[in-house]
Amino acid sequence: MLRHNKIDLALWHLAQGAGGLPLLCLHGLGERTDSFTTSAASTWKGPVLGLDFAGHGASSTALGGGYSTDSLIWDVDAALDYIGESALLGRGLGAYIALLVAGMRPTAVRGTVLLDGPGLSDATTAPRPDHLIRVPVTTRPDPIALAELLNEPRRPELARTFARQAALFSGLDPAIAVVAASRPPWLAATIEVAGVAETDVLLALEMFQS
Amino acid sequence: MTAPISSYPEPRAPERFRTVNASGIKLKVYEWGDLARPPILLAHGGFDFARTFDAFAPLLAHAGFRVVAWDQRGHGRSDHAALYSQQGDLRDALAVMDSVTQDPVIVIGHSKGGSIVVNLAASVPHRVSSVTSIDGVPTRRPQFGIERRDSPAALLAAGEAWLDSRLKSTTGSRATGSVEDLAMRRSKMNPRLDITWLRYLVTVGAVPVNEGWRWPVDPALAFETMGPWTAWESLERTREIAVPILLVLGTEHEGESRAMSADELVGYLPSHARIAEISGAGHFCHIEQPSLVAAHILRHLGR
Repeated sequence: MLRHNKIDLALWHLAQGAGGLPLLCLHGLGERTDSFTTSAASTWKGPVLGLDFAGHGASSTALGGGYSTDSLIWDVDAALDYIGESALLGRGLGAYIALLVAGMRPTAVRGTVLLDGPGLSDATTAPRPDHLIRVPVTTRPDPIALAELLNEPRRPELARTFARQAALFSGLDPAIAVVAASRPPWLAATIEVAGVAETDVLLALEMFQS
Repeated sequence: MTAPISSYPEPRAPERFRTVNASGIKLKVYEWGDLARPPILLAHGGFDFARTFDAFAPLLAHAGFRVVAWDQRGHGRSDHAALYSQQGDLRDALAVMDSVTQDPVIVIGHSKGGSIVVNLAASVPHRVSSVTSIDGVPTRRPQFGIERRDSPAALLAAGEAWLDSRLKSTTGSRATGSVEDLAMRRSKMNPRLDITWLRYLVTVGAVPVNEGWRWPVDPALAFETMGPWTAWESLERTREIAVPILLVLGTEHEGESRAMSADELVGYLPSHARIAEISGAGHFCHIEQPSLVAAHILRHLGR
């Protein structure tokens, strides 16, 4: 458990590895770290870790909600602060967040792989705060987290900007590997950036662990 | 910038205090005016609290309304939350609304509260009968969106500073001091407000501690966010609103902020929107000129 502000984040150690760069797995909307247990992450040579986002899996919920793109970025940054330099493997919403963190922490993030998964796209690119549900939260994932994060825009202009930042400041080429088949607007914008490659997951992971 | 006007608005404490549970967050609610009167929901600005309406709310109550204000999550006497967001604030506002009536209500908000009431009207149109935003429009130069930095290096530095401050800002509390210390600190944020009024705000808004007073606002609160600032997006939603809408603007700019002028705003507004400019008043025009602002709003409400 990783204490970050008022949230306890579950950081799972999935594989010890034989040393080398850690891989941090970020699940999709409504998922938890165990979404990765059968994934290609098993080919990673270094330690493999997985973070449950706030309101998901074994992490604590935020009473009364307030989940946002910002808060997910903070979750990942807290994990990176603890682990140190890592590669990121994100599914769905976790892929979008991984891309933004890669652009904001380009020296700590040593390669980012974007996979299909829940929350990859949403219905809008502007906020529509009409999911103002009020429910007693007794289940996981937190239904308020699902409503709020589903409603968070995935912004093409942010994705483009931070893909550029990752390519410019990480020293990696490519810095971002797109494995997803879906092309929501934010991912279409990402692919246009120099330093972003479309590939398959095994090649992407091999590229970043060397 | 013109000199601060030295008038001390006569405050009146709320008549009723209660607590609303908003999905587990306890919100402190304050009311002025007769319970049977038509309700007005009143939303304060960022880093403010409901009792900054002690001078303004009684004027609306006196005109025949039940005025309901609340301390937003993390502000005033309400609970600090694990997370803060516009959607969280909107859900909290709806909880306060539910505690008053299921019928449409008049909503009024100042600054960040202006964004809240505009978004409420766009999100739950069946719950809102009239909207007033008091100096709740964006500044012309949006300083709050991290991605709006003009060079990659500046963006990198801003992003890392934002993340670093979040990593360490999250515990602890605001500095303590005397009434005078806190009033002076606030005076830097609100340079146009009378010091007597700021001292009053300390005594009703700060928390007495052993060594003096402390503002209770959650240190984890921050204005800066990823992506466009919510005030801009609220402005863009204004056109969606069908009910009567009034924007009250102070004409005096405070510090570095330069609010949009009435001319610039027109393109964002539905044709039925009205603008009232309060000349010679700043961002807190409802505190500098409470009677004038109340008169504009009462006319808007058909009183």
